[in-house]
Amino acid sequence: MIPAAFDYKKADSAEEAIALIAEHGDEAKLLAGGHSLIPMMKLRLAVPSVLVDIAGVNDLSYIDDRDDHIAIGALAKHRSLETSDLLISECPLLAHIASKVGDPQVRHRGTLGGSLAHSDPASDLPAAVLALGGSLVAQGPNGEREIAVADFFTGYFESALAEDEMLTEVRIPKAPGSNWNYQKFNRRAQDWAIVGVAAVEVQGATQVSLVNMGSTPLRASAVEAALAGGASAAEAAEAAAEGTEPPTDLNASPEYRSHLARVLTRRALEAGGVS
Amino acid sequence: MEISVTVNGANQSSEVEPRTLLVYYLRDELGLTGTNVGCDTSSCGACTVHVNGESVKSCTMLAVQADGQEVTTIEGLAPSADELHPMQQSFQDNHGLQCGYCTPGMVMAACSLLDENPSPSEAEVREGLEGNLCRCTGYHNIVKAVLACSGQDVS
Repeated sequence: MIPAAFDYKKADSAEEAIALIAEHGDEAKLLAGGHSLIPMMKLRLAVPSVLVDIAGVNDLSYIDDRDDHIAIGALAKHRSLETSDLLISECPLLAHIASKVGDPQVRHRGTLGGSLAHSDPASDLPAAVLALGGSLVAQGPNGEREIAVADFFTGYFESALAEDEMLTEVRIPKAPGSNWNYQKFNRRAQDWAIVGVAAVEVQGATQVSLVNMGSTPLRASAVEAALAGGASAAEAAEAAAEGTEPPTDLNASPEYRSHLARVLTRRALEAGGVS
Repeated sequence: MEISVTVNGANQSSEVEPRTLLVYYLRDELGLTGTNVGCDTSSCGACTVHVNGESVKSCTMLAVQADGQEVTTIEGLAPSADELHPMQQSFQDNHGLQCGYCTPGMVMAACSLLDENPSPSEAEVREGLEGNLCRCTGYHNIVKAVLACSGQDVS
């Protein structure tokens, strides 16, 4: 399968990339690692007429300690997250979840920013960042704006990014220590999660997010409220599917997904010691 | 578009259509047919090559993305025409292949794995080769070959 023909432009800076997508509008797509976009182009699910390659924007691959939070350049690869000493010590949940994406070959190419901008509700990293909270930085023709993670995922493969904006940085709170866990349920190696649950203690509060339980990654707010009200992990986990509209596909019905969400939430809370 | 890629140590300059996938550039343009196309959907890993030393599925990368980069294919692994790379030798010694279709990708993925983790456990090898499928299901000897190549006792 070969993608449909397109014009290829290489941007050396975020400004250049933004100028190019502003010029070409919804005909243009940013290309980072390409591990979500290229498969979709091969299947003709995406048919951009212009690709703006931003992989050469070298100054966006950093993982920096900014005292109260960690700032990650949008082009940091999954493999860099997985092996970052800073993340392993200050935000082990994110390093661990990065190591569960796809397979090694995918992690050598895929980027954090690309995964978030793609906004696939079945992907691991959007739910990881949602569980942690924090914010995302979008750069557009008129400068930068900061978007709270809670406001970023707006629909099925849709984000709050405007057509002429580029995601440049991800800011996550530090969540050191061992009170975290990620449960990814799938039946075959390298598959997407049928359902996934991330649980992490951030500054004293337990935060839980769900993978593939709706059209966006979701915070399990009913679980969080139950825990805050003193419920045990097992009791709180019963609320995991509350308010969700899980999808149906070859792997699972909505009822089965709801069941998985409850079981995996209990496991994540108990294993992570975050109840 | 004109690209310049170092493939197996030699500089190659070619005119490619932007939509050309790296694997077809390697196979059809450069004649390096050791890299196989299996599933063509980034699942099976038969097309694995190294880009700047790291394993990558060349069916999921555009040739233009390799511009200015270093690519190594299975043809570039052996030190000379009459000598195998230690990983290739280990696959032969441990019968790490049956039909052989997945083998070039397996070997490239295995080399990248050992670069990152020189002495992996059996579980780490199995997980590290997660991106490569062997439809003969010959995994056991493949894992053995990788462990042996890392200098561990597999007898």
